[in-house]
Amino acid sequence: MIPLRVSIIATFVAAALLLVVLELIRSRRLQERYALLWLLTGVVMLVFAIWRDALNRLAALTGIAYPPSALFVLGSGFILVVLLHYSTVISKLSEQNTALTQRVAMLELRLEESDRGALRA
Amino acid sequence: MAASTSISTEVPAAVPAPDPRLAGHRRAAVVPAFNEAQTIAGVIAEIRAVDPGMEILVVDDASFDTTAVIAAEAGARVLRLACNLGIGGAVQTGYQAARELGCDLVVQIDGDGQHDPRELPLILEPVLDGRADIVIGSRFAGGGKYRAPPVRRFGMRIFAAFVSLLVGKSLSDTSSSFRAVNRRALSLFAVDYPHGYLETIEATVMAVRYGLRIEEVPVRMRERTSGRSSLTTPISLYYTVKVVIAVFISMFRRKTVQLEEDR
Repeated sequence: MIPLRVSIIATFVAAALLLVVLELIRSRRLQERYALLWLLTGVVMLVFAIWRDALNRLAALTGIAYPPSALFVLGSGFILVVLLHYSTVISKLSEQNTALTQRVAMLELRLEESDRGALRA
Repeated sequence: MAASTSISTEVPAAVPAPDPRLAGHRRAAVVPAFNEAQTIAGVIAEIRAVDPGMEILVVDDASFDTTAVIAAEAGARVLRLACNLGIGGAVQTGYQAARELGCDLVVQIDGDGQHDPRELPLILEPVLDGRADIVIGSRFAGGGKYRAPPVRRFGMRIFAAFVSLLVGKSLSDTSSSFRAVNRRALSLFAVDYPHGYLETIEATVMAVRYGLRIEEVPVRMRERTSGRSSLTTPISLYYTVKVVIAVFISMFRRKTVQLEEDR
């Protein structure tokens, strides 16, 4: 059985995570699409922190002898997924960055040539 | 969006004369397009037939096909996005350009031909009358028969009911992207517009929050003859969750945009 104190602390931490994420979305410092995984993490952690029986069963099912470790594993799993998601986001950003840089170069070229044309005229 | 719809490029014989009140307004049609090379020229021709004085702003959301070239040849002003922004970012680009051009009457109409430009006068009416700041072309209001998969229709009705409940105003179709806005609404959306897909739902909530007057008019959708909705089940589930959260949170956002008054 998971110690009650661990459950209480975990509940507070998960609730705090959820509140912080929601406030970040509200103040537009975090876009919804990047917040969804965090919200999912917060909700799942909160559920397992409050619903102690479920955590115990999950620990038994996966052969984790010490139930609080199951909570820990769950949290790490989510962090891994969030990180992987960010890797794909960074990849997309760098691709867009390339496209933007190329477009600026193209525009500059066109601008210079039309300036030169205007001078000659 | 990547679908083709049958549109006659011929100008229909009986196009009613444009509303004389239009003359007092600088107006634009914002047409977001992603891979619509098949349909974009037809849409442009149809808009021109209805209102020759309307500026047509096609926003090419980094299409892979020749949408931008065809649209430019058809006489539209084309904004080519360097990166794919998704529908929300594309539409906002169009609103920004319309504002830059000094427009005070802007319609938003899809590039895939599902919206019938001949219904533009209907959509513009409440704005011209000064009754509304935003007019939504509703597929569910009135007698319009909208044929889409039942699940999608159901989803759209649920969204509309959810938003109606939140904003305390009865709306039948919040996901329709066939819309008209005046200067007031334009000054909001040019500065702040939701990103991504199904952005119209959150935009509607934002509009209500800012005290904009919304009106719905019934419109008919034309059917796609080929192509398919870009939605698949897991993706629509993702969007559902995203939109519900976005809509809910936008109810609690601070209002930061200073609206321009309509003249």
